Amino acid sequence: MIRLENLTKLYGSFVAVDDISLHVPRGVLYGCLGPNGAGKTTTLRMIAGILRPTQGRVLLGGDDVHVNPISAKMRLGFIPDRPFVYDKLTGAEFLRFVAGLYGQEGDTVERRVAELLEVFELTSWKDELVEAYSHGMRQKLIISSALIHRPECIVVDEPMVGLDPKAARLLKDIFRQFVERGGTVMMSTHTLEIAEAMCDQIAIIQHGKIVAAGSVDDVRRQHKAGDASLEELFLKLTGGAKFRELAEVLGK
Amino acid sequence: MKQPSLAHVLQPKWRTALQRLREERASGGTGKFVLLALVGGAFWAGVFGVLYRILKTLRGVEELGPLIPGKMLGLILLSFISILVLSNVITALSSFFLAKDLDLLVSAPVDWLRLYLAKLGETLLHSSWMVALMIVPILTAYGVVYKGGVLFIVYALLAIVPMLILPAVLGCAVTLVLVNIFPARRTRDLLSIIALGAGGGVILLFRMIRPEQLARPEGFRNLLDFVILLRGPTSPFLPSEWASQAIMGYLRHEFDPLPLMLLWTTAAAFVALGAVLHRALYAQGFTKAQEGAERFIRGGFWRWTIGSVLRFLPVAKREFVLKDVKLFFRDTTQWSQLILLAVLIVVYLFNIQALPLHRGEPVGFFYVNLVSFLNLGLAGFVLASIAARFIFPAVSLEGRQMWLLRSSPLDLRALLWSKYWVGTVPLLVLGLILTGVTNTLLEVSAFMMILSLATMASLTLAISAMALTFGTLYPQFETENAAQIPTSFGGLVFMMATIALLAAVLMLLSRAVYTYVRGTWDGQSVGVTPEMLVWFAVAAALCAAATFVPLRMALRKMETFEF
Repeated sequence: MIRLENLTKLYGSFVAVDDISLHVPRGVLYGCLGPNGAGKTTTLRMIAGILRPTQGRVLLGGDDVHVNPISAKMRLGFIPDRPFVYDKLTGAEFLRFVAGLYGQEGDTVERRVAELLEVFELTSWKDELVEAYSHGMRQKLIISSALIHRPECIVVDEPMVGLDPKAARLLKDIFRQFVERGGTVMMSTHTLEIAEAMCDQIAIIQHGKIVAAGSVDDVRRQHKAGDASLEELFLKLTGGAKFRELAEVLGK
Repeated sequence: MKQPSLAHVLQPKWRTALQRLREERASGGTGKFVLLALVGGAFWAGVFGVLYRILKTLRGVEELGPLIPGKMLGLILLSFISILVLSNVITALSSFFLAKDLDLLVSAPVDWLRLYLAKLGETLLHSSWMVALMIVPILTAYGVVYKGGVLFIVYALLAIVPMLILPAVLGCAVTLVLVNIFPARRTRDLLSIIALGAGGGVILLFRMIRPEQLARPEGFRNLLDFVILLRGPTSPFLPSEWASQAIMGYLRHEFDPLPLMLLWTTAAAFVALGAVLHRALYAQGFTKAQEGAERFIRGGFWRWTIGSVLRFLPVAKREFVLKDVKLFFRDTTQWSQLILLAVLIVVYLFNIQALPLHRGEPVGFFYVNLVSFLNLGLAGFVLASIAARFIFPAVSLEGRQMWLLRSSPLDLRALLWSKYWVGTVPLLVLGLILTGVTNTLLEVSAFMMILSLATMASLTLAISAMALTFGTLYPQFETENAAQIPTSFGGLVFMMATIALLAAVLMLLSRAVYTYVRGTWDGQSVGVTPEMLVWFAVAAALCAAATFVPLRMALRKMETFEF
């Protein structure tokens, strides 16, 4: 469903993403892990068609995002890490607007809007301007907007940031069900427990390159990590194990 | 605990400013700087030149000569102080209550006095820089005419600096009190309406009293009363009067330390009182400022009206237009500018009506046509200013939401199309009404009426396209306040390009209009000649090119946007 071919992104001389190739089939929840600045967000934004790759290409369901953007993006729902929405629209108006961008309108959209607002417990806020929403509520609204047109794949950057435990649990369930029904999710996260519990496959990215990929067990086997937790494996692969003593960092 | 210095508290601000300068220089900003310097220099030279001539002439006039310059300076400074109080109130709201660095500063162990002084300094700088720059050519003219010498610069600074501090303290105090009464976001809405309403009211009042009548000789019949009025101080308790007394005293070599002392002691007292007020009210006000403006919007007025009218459009375009209209009318900083616009249009039409063209004398046919023709340029300029306010910022305002537009299947052409027509339709209606009403007031012939309306329509289409394109070529994605976007470098370039277009179109049409006026003057019945048709065609082609080429450029630029 999502195919990256030799994807590279340069900012001047800085290589943010370095020749990444991967394939995420239908019905798979794929996790991108990596330290801050590893290139995860840049990769996801290239998949969503927001950034143009310097080299390589992104295919969504066979369509190149930058050559056939309309048909590729019809399949996609994108959830960014920072929830910027139009402050002067109400929640319901925002969802209707997004549905319109995907060419949808009428009673079907109204029902879908009501349904999503209900699921994310935003019904009582639907006629209030977004400027009054909290960070978590905005995040829920954006997640709803990514689902409004019933996408085939969802690309999500740090999905759990700002969500309360109930909403986080809800989102996990939604993603799982979405994948079980044949959808594809590609997400980046720093929460390794979530990645271990939810993802069918993972890729660990560092300095713009994939340093390990496959199921968590595959990665353990590849790197002879035995029964190590994903956290230990992550720190081993990304050099985080070389931390100074905690006492030294925190002071005595 | 040792408190950080004021410079340290303000460090992020000046470091950001320095970094911006470095980035400008790195991205080849020298040309930009040269252009800004040239335009600024020309403006300064213009202000200086006009004032220099006036002062020079007045110096030679007996009785009134020595009185008027002082009075004039007092009035200029008074108007600056009024502007400063308003702009400080609005700026203080951002710097004291809405700025992004406040969470960090308020949660850090920085004492209240440092926070107050740092934010007061920031407010003062942001709201006074433009006035301070305007004062430079004015005082230079005074200094040169009265031979003030180099020391006058120091003396002028001593007089002007406290005059800038006072409205800043006052503005911050007013804001502090207002925020304690209303939530910050409501206060901002309230203030923009009050400020623009007040500004509009002043312009309207000034125009309606017809200052041009003062230029008539019979206006000076009561000379003695006039001189007495000039001798007395306009407002003895206003700092503008003290500053003007201090400056004129120095220039006339009648040194009196009192005005300067008044200025500095009052400024110091104001800062102290402002600090006391800040200590008492800031914490409570800052807490209130965090409250969101609770506004429920029910019903679907726009959906029923504009949505129904635009039923024929594809859903994506229709939703986009609806969204833009809603955002405009729900953002007080945006729609409140319409108040000023309405006032300007009333003044514009009032001016045309006040022209002495049809006052019993034989109607000056030549002048009527000349005014009608030149009015095209003036109306075009008014439309360009409006386009700079409302269409130029359109793409910049999408910046933060571009993730959504770029990741959705919305065709960029549809986005550009919506932005273009949402801006163009009201502008076109306005342009045609302005031209039509003006020409009706001038009682022009059918030829001039048709020519004016057709030209205005073509110009409006081109001006909108250029506003949208320059706004796309010079986007300001980080700016939160839409009103600041047109004053950027791109806004300046847009205005210059539009003026060039207006000049070119008027020049092309002038031959045709000349042939018509000349023929009618000679008593011939003039029809549309082949020569006229050629000029019309070239002008139309130019407008078409100024519409389509920029829009294509905007589309290409948008395709390269990365977020």
